[in-house]
Amino acid sequence: MSHFINNKSEQVDKSNTDDAYTLGPLQVGLPCCMPEPLIRVDNLSLHYGLKPALEDVSLDIYKGCITALIGPSGCGKTSFLSVLNRLTDLIPDCRISGNVHYDTMDLRHPALDVQRLRRDIGMIFQKPVPFPLSIRRNIELPLREHGMSKQAGLNDVVQQVLQDVGLWEEVKNRLESPALALSGGQQQRLCIARALALQPKVLLMDEPCSALDPISSGVVEDLIQRLRGKYTVVIVTHNLAQARRIANYAGFFWIKDQRAGCLIEFGQCKQIFEAPVHELTAAYVNGSRG
Amino acid sequence: MFLSRTDRQLAALLQGCALLAATIVLLILLFLIKESWPVLQHVALTRFVIDASWHPVQGLYQLTPMLSATLYSTLGAVVLATPLGIASALFSRYFAPPFIAGCYRRLIELLAGIPSVVYGFWGLITLAPLIGRLHPPGVSLLTGILVLTLMILPTVALTADAALAAVPLAYVRGAAALGLSRWGLISGVALPAARSGIIAGTLLAAGRAIGETMAVLMVVGNVVQQPQSLLDSVRTLTANIALEMAYATGVHRAALFVSGLALMVMVLVLVSTAELLSRKRHYG
Ligand SMILES: Nc1ncnc2c1ncn2[C@@H]1O[C@H](COP(=O)(O)OP(=O)(O)O)[C@@H](O)[C@H]1O
Ligand SMILES: [Mg+2]
Repeated sequence: MSHFINNKSEQVDKSNTDDAYTLGPLQVGLPCCMPEPLIRVDNLSLHYGLKPALEDVSLDIYKGCITALIGPSGCGKTSFLSVLNRLTDLIPDCRISGNVHYDTMDLRHPALDVQRLRRDIGMIFQKPVPFPLSIRRNIELPLREHGMSKQAGLNDVVQQVLQDVGLWEEVKNRLESPALALSGGQQQRLCIARALALQPKVLLMDEPCSALDPISSGVVEDLIQRLRGKYTVVIVTHNLAQARRIANYAGFFWIKDQRAGCLIEFGQCKQIFEAPVHELTAAYVNGSRG
Repeated sequence: MFLSRTDRQLAALLQGCALLAATIVLLILLFLIKESWPVLQHVALTRFVIDASWHPVQGLYQLTPMLSATLYSTLGAVVLATPLGIASALFSRYFAPPFIAGCYRRLIELLAGIPSVVYGFWGLITLAPLIGRLHPPGVSLLTGILVLTLMILPTVALTADAALAAVPLAYVRGAAALGLSRWGLISGVALPAARSGIIAGTLLAAGRAIGETMAVLMVVGNVVQQPQSLLDSVRTLTANIALEMAYATGVHRAALFVSGLALMVMVLVLVSTAELLSRKRHYG
């Protein structure tokens, strides 16, 4: 992934200064935010049975950036993320309309290789879901599934990704012990490591910190900062301060007419928080609604 | 731990039930020992192994042929029914469309409800002649194994199905999000997560196979002999009791109760092994 970062480093630096306030001292990843869309969503609507959950959402997800999605519960943020990696396939009566493109691929194409896609677009859930296996097996399982079988190679990847998420020192002596015995924060970092092991291009994070204590939450936030530039991150969060700290772009979802979720406003994080155009956005980010 | 009044009443009630169940098991064990005492008193335990044959009236008490028959038939049935049952559960949980899966589940439940004597009758009329063509007389250890397999298959299938149904949906979503195929999800996540439930179900089925009397009695020929091949006629411990109890008196009767005691010990060993098995490397 790093090649395009280097090629366009000037542009990166410029947008970096634009967004300078979001990049706190924690930021150690590569700079990002080329305004180059990686995922394009046009007029997306989604129904569960007859009940609409999303109506007419259009937005672009920019390569290498962190995009935060904010909004009250039930406005379709999780549903939106699930469209991007086709996890909606698991819900029998879920109907989608509109256009969703990842790079040049039509994400709604019936013949799309969904397994391949999910390898490129990883997902982290609100509640960490380590499998009831050992720590090592948790990371190896998807790697083996995707055709990596040499133990030496696997060991390297396991160590590498655990180091990436800062878990290596904590677990290197108990890789064979059950992953479910880890603390909540460690489990979430393990899940991120597991996703990173597949070398995805995009990470979808659905409230990754909301089930964690403040300290673990801080560690995970730190980690997300480090992903910038190397990965494209879409994060749903209820923690507005966190969104403000880490995101380059922000989208505000709202439930219109008590019916379906829709996107009220999307733009640079700074603009959404400091100069929102829509009054609902202003009310929400100032904490008076939702 | 603080318990409210209703909690305490409930706890007392449940403790009462548990105590009752334990007492009944203990009483049965005591009864078995008491009834077999006339033999156990005079005959060394080794005689049940080293005696030349089973002629209790003449004072010959060899139980090993029947022990082997019970052991082999149970083992054979469990070995056959476990993979089939798990496959059946996987089919209904992960491969069949919902409507078909529902019908299929009803069908398996129906299979579980068929009385054992019907299985035995079918085995005798249909299966035994088929196997007889291979090697007479047809009533054999193999016939017993096949009939037992059919009988315990629904138990394994239904408990495995329930164990798989209890695998959290979050695992399914998590596995899908990692790009795992359906088989990757099944072998890597669902089966390990459902492992203890599946073992418990298999154990239940094995218990049923050990204890099954009527169906086996009808299809295994009941000749008291150490089986040399799958096609030999055998007699199981349970069949032994059922066949001889009507006319047994005195030491003979007591020797039959020793058969019962041996069955009980086998079940105990089975339960403890399963307990050990499900404890080892259990991550659930
Ligand atoms: N599997 C589902 N079946 C039916 N309705 C659903 C399902 N998942 C979510 N919904 C409904 O869709 C709406 C949006 O849900 P969700 O995407 O989870 O919102 P958010 O993540 O913003 O809280 C909610 O009203 C919810 O009840
Ligand atoms: Mg949600």
